[in-house]
Amino acid sequence: MTLDRLASGLDARITVVDSSSPVMLRLMEMGLVPGASVRIEKRAPFGGPLELRVGGYLLSIRLDEAKKLTVET
Amino acid sequence: MFVVALAGNPNSGKTTLFNQLTGLNQRVGNYPGVTVERRAGAATIAGKPAQIIDLPGTYSLISRSRDEAIAFEVLTGRTNDPKPNVVVLVIDASNLERNLYLALSVLEIGLPAVVALNMMDVAEASGLVVEPKKIEEVLGVEVVPIVAPSRRGLPELEAAVARTLAEPHAPKARSWQLGANAESVIGDIKEALIARGSPPASADGEAVWLLSSVGTSEKGRADEEHLILDGPLGEVAELAKKTLVNEPDFSAQVIAARYQRTREISAQSTQRSRPVERDLTDRLDNVLLHPLGGPLVFFAVMAVLFQSIFAWAEPLMGLIESGVGLVQEQVAVLLPEGALRDLLIDGAIGGAGNVIVFVPQIGILFAFLAILEDSGYLARAAFISDRLMARIGLHGRAFVPLLSGFACAIPAVMATRVIESRRDRLVTILVTPLVSCSARLPVYTLIIASLFASDERVLGVFSKGGLLMLSMYGLSILVTIGAAFVLKRTLLKSPTPPLVLELPPYRIPALSSVVRRVVERCVVFIRDAGTVIMLLSIVLWALLYFPREVELPPALLAQQAALSNETPEEQRTAVEAEVRAERLRQSIAGRIGHTIEPLIAPLGFDWKIGIGLLASFAAREVFVSTMGLVYGVGDAADEESAPLRERIQAERHPDTGLPVYTPLVGLALMVFFLLAAQCVSTVAIVRRETNSWRWPAFMVASMTVMAWVGAFVVYQGGRLLGFQ
Ligand SMILES: Nc1nc2c(ncn2[C@@H]2O[C@H](COP(=O)(O)OP(=O)(O)OP(=O)(O)O)[C@@H](O)[C@H]2O)c(=O)[nH]1
Repeated sequence: MTLDRLASGLDARITVVDSSSPVMLRLMEMGLVPGASVRIEKRAPFGGPLELRVGGYLLSIRLDEAKKLTVET
Repeated sequence: MFVVALAGNPNSGKTTLFNQLTGLNQRVGNYPGVTVERRAGAATIAGKPAQIIDLPGTYSLISRSRDEAIAFEVLTGRTNDPKPNVVVLVIDASNLERNLYLALSVLEIGLPAVVALNMMDVAEASGLVVEPKKIEEVLGVEVVPIVAPSRRGLPELEAAVARTLAEPHAPKARSWQLGANAESVIGDIKEALIARGSPPASADGEAVWLLSSVGTSEKGRADEEHLILDGPLGEVAELAKKTLVNEPDFSAQVIAARYQRTREISAQSTQRSRPVERDLTDRLDNVLLHPLGGPLVFFAVMAVLFQSIFAWAEPLMGLIESGVGLVQEQVAVLLPEGALRDLLIDGAIGGAGNVIVFVPQIGILFAFLAILEDSGYLARAAFISDRLMARIGLHGRAFVPLLSGFACAIPAVMATRVIESRRDRLVTILVTPLVSCSARLPVYTLIIASLFASDERVLGVFSKGGLLMLSMYGLSILVTIGAAFVLKRTLLKSPTPPLVLELPPYRIPALSSVVRRVVERCVVFIRDAGTVIMLLSIVLWALLYFPREVELPPALLAQQAALSNETPEEQRTAVEAEVRAERLRQSIAGRIGHTIEPLIAPLGFDWKIGIGLLASFAAREVFVSTMGLVYGVGDAADEESAPLRERIQAERHPDTGLPVYTPLVGLALMVFFLLAAQCVSTVAIVRRETNSWRWPAFMVASMTVMAWVGAFVVYQGGRLLGFQ
């Protein structure tokens, strides 16, 4: 399942990162790498960005990028 | 003197540590050729003088653009600064994983370093037990726990820096591995680097850096070419690019492997004394990022911010203006009449006033921004406005600067600093002057009140004047968005910046840090933009003032000669105002007005309006007082003054006898003011913030063209439709 479809408040682990774009490399540098655990804390309304908890801090990314991260619970 | 560089993630407490080390001995400037600010200061470390450089906060050393390359360039001595003798890696102990990632990247290039394990108090409070000794073993450099704001651990940190200085040694070599293929790629590049003179201790790290950096540059962007890759790195760059063809996801492999290592180190060196609990940040986010409550709070905060720079700055600005007036009066009494006195009073002191008058707005906006940023809310505001801004192609962080533009473009342009991507910052800087700032209000007011029945009701509830004003603001918003949209797709073409935004924990802002930043911004403005504003103000003054020897028409001369002590005061002022008006009409500006008349005639403007347009470069509202001067009603005229309005209504074309100002001309004039870049202060601050004259020149040129076309369309279009 991709990260954008993960339910809020559920702990998950990143399995695959589609790293073909510079944006995704940047996200990886922020800690969204395979093996890292993530949780969606908040969703902005109307398809706005997500607030994630990753490696002990809060990070916000858009749905477009979340779609390129595969996670498992 | 030795050089110490502070490197670390944003929000790791780098600047706090820098301030503690340097006190007030610091200076903010720009790195040459880029828009990144350079912060450096002097300190005494273990009895020896040292220069401390505060690097821009960064999550990684990989350089996708010139701006991002700064950290690497400073660390490796590629800027004007000497190569640092010691790097102090500031690490947030409460967030080890991500912070260690940067630390590893820096240590891999083989620089002598000390780790400052900051925020120990935060880590302890959240139940994390971090063991510096364990980290020290793995990294091979000294690790000193500190709490920067309270100076805890600072003496030990300085001692560790001194020891490392005395016996510099490279940290332990890279402690993660890639697959055999990728490793052989690194090996090839490493060898090539050593063959060209790179020190063996840093060649491996440099090879990894080079491969990751050339491998992640965005395609089709020229930025990569702007990396200063001199020496071995430059010679090997092409080879690195070629080798990467077989290893396209090299960068991703490096990041993943390094993070894997980071996680291990973090796990080995930290323990939880108690399970994670919901903290203040979680509870506040529940409200501040609530789907409904979040936007509500956001609008409330933005409303207060807007109100404060729009209205609260007003009394302070008034105070400054009357203060300047007072000084001018005093000087007028002291000096004999003449050009020198006028230069000093109207040119120099007036010009200085033109600079200081912005300080209240800058101060208030930056106090607000500092509080919002330090408290952690600024990032949340970007989170909430992102959806809206992404539609235009901008980052959520562009919202606050654009909003501030309604008050004044100067602080707004300065506030664009929070936008990371250079192109997006440029787009925001270039469109901010299109936002209808408060200096345009007096112009709108004068025109609306003079040429339109502004109190006339429309649909019962609205007044005509109010609606006109509202449409100017509406138009301004549309044009701003449109311009951003176009710039993002043409000249400054770049994809919508990704929202990769850390939401830092909420903290109570420290007063000292807020004050420091406000003072810093005001100093930067006065020092870097002030001189340009003053010079340009004096030039404008001279255009309106010279030549002094003018031929007055005989009728006016006769009137002047007829003045005696018995002449009623009223008549005397009228004659004097007419003399001044005549001088102004014959000044250089007046002649320019005549010269450009053919250019502005298609917009419905005559040469006298041309003088006003020219003079309003000093500041848009100067248009009003200049028109007062031109029409001989005195320079004290403001947008509310009845004589000026009457004079405007009465003005006729000398050859046709038709009124100069019709509602249509008024509309064209308002549109012109909305779109034109008439403000030397904006030009000066755009120069400062973009670190070049190219962008302000482009801004003035493009906005002038837009203003001309806009006014042309309104005037000629209106005439085609049968309006006068
Ligand atoms: N509790 C606590 N707060 C700290 C500590 N160090 C810094 N802070 C606070 O953390 C916030 C961020 O600190 P800065 O010094 O601005 O961080 P920075 O790394 O320079 O951040 P950038 O300017 O974004 O690069 C400020 O509000 C500091 O007061 C610390 O050791 N303990």
